Amino acid sequence: MELLTILLEIGQGLAGLGAGAAAIGAGLGVGRIGGSALEAMARQPEIAGDIRSNMIVAAALVEGVALFGVIVCLLVALG
Amino acid sequence: MNKRIALFFGLLVATAATTAWAEDSHEHGHEQEAFNPSNFIIHHIADAHEIHLWGDVHIPLPIIVYTAEHGLDVFMSSAFEGHGDVRVAERPSGVTYELSHGHIAVAGDHAGHDHGSHEGHDHADHDGQSHDDHAHEDHDHADHAGHDHGAHEGHDHGDHGHHGPVVYDLSITKSIFGMLLMLGLMVVLFGRMAGSYKSRQGQAPTGMSNALEPLVLFLRDEIAIPNIGKEKADKFLPFLMTVFFFIFFANLLGLVPFIGGFNVTGTLGITMVLAALVFLITTFNGNKHYWGHLFWPPGVPLFVMPIIIPIEIVGMFLKPIVLMIRLTANISAGHIIILSFVSLILIFGKGGEAMAAGYGIGIFSTAFMIFMYCLELLVAFLQAFVFTLLAAIYFGEATHEAHH
Repeated sequence: MELLTILLEIGQGLAGLGAGAAAIGAGLGVGRIGGSALEAMARQPEIAGDIRSNMIVAAALVEGVALFGVIVCLLVALG
Repeated sequence: MNKRIALFFGLLVATAATTAWAEDSHEHGHEQEAFNPSNFIIHHIADAHEIHLWGDVHIPLPIIVYTAEHGLDVFMSSAFEGHGDVRVAERPSGVTYELSHGHIAVAGDHAGHDHGSHEGHDHADHDGQSHDDHAHEDHDHADHAGHDHGAHEGHDHGDHGHHGPVVYDLSITKSIFGMLLMLGLMVVLFGRMAGSYKSRQGQAPTGMSNALEPLVLFLRDEIAIPNIGKEKADKFLPFLMTVFFFIFFANLLGLVPFIGGFNVTGTLGITMVLAALVFLITTFNGNKHYWGHLFWPPGVPLFVMPIIIPIEIVGMFLKPIVLMIRLTANISAGHIIILSFVSLILIFGKGGEAMAAGYGIGIFSTAFMIFMYCLELLVAFLQAFVFTLLAAIYFGEATHEAHH
């Protein structure tokens, strides 16, 4: 019983760790997208506009997943 | 140069004097709790039954409640009197409603009372259980434990304030008011735009039409036609444009300061409806190839089929859900970040006690907040764009003809 109450109290602090992990995931993912987009633009500057739009779409999709994790951590932390 | 220095110091003295005056009234017994950042943030993100401008200034909104016993009741939220967590409204018909934490209940069942007494006793109960080994105050805890077991039997544990009749809350809340405001704005704006195109045929557009035309053409030529195909794009264009401009304007509304903090697209309910509409339109417009590809993906080896088919089916439902969460999370997260920077100032200033720390952090916080605001403006447009783009992609998938 005591272990359970201790774990329940730690659970709220773990939400902060979870949010940090989600941020790491977002950073890694979007960083890779940006990196390959820049490389591609350097190789073929004339389609830079196309590459830019696709990069933004892919970044939004990846951020969606990361923010999913943030919302769950927020729910844990606030209730 | 001297004038500027004088002006700067004058402002500094003025703010210091104001805070000193505020602190003075603070000591005169004016009840103020320590600043709680999570309450502050939740209050600004969550929906509310009126528009809270500042301090005690409210813009009241209509409250529409329906109970089986008393029927439909419509009144303004200014009828709720009192300050603090629980506010009471007495109607001429004799019914009394209580508004507590955004929840309306019919008073007279001691709903508010039970809420408070449950909280206190619950804590004591747990303490009694887990601290039994400690010799410290064992008697008191045991006493409380004995008391509450009897009191708890009759009430549900998780039920906070649902005592009494079920109240259907159909009020016009802040988010609904913001949504209606944006819809009205869109009707007026695009109605006039369409009229001006009709009356100025052959001439270049002026005014708002001129400003919105690049966006509309961008939607048609870059989002709808490449994904849906030229012949079928016209069927889906009205929905795509409505969704794009509604999300864009609603996001921008949430960023305007000082008007009460709207959070229209950060509300799960509103984004759920948008995502559900996308789901319904894809489902009802799916042709044979769409359903065929869904239940029997082509080019997949047979032994992987049992894995792929459930994934495809779950994906069919998951895609709109992710649309909904992506939009809500992005917009809410942006608001929370901006509010957190403001909270930083208030936390460091400790409600007027540590002025220098408040100022110092204020400079840093304001700079970051301005940066976040610019980012949020970008996100407002981007999220609308991504929602519309994904909707167009799903519509294109649904109506895609056989492979060429």
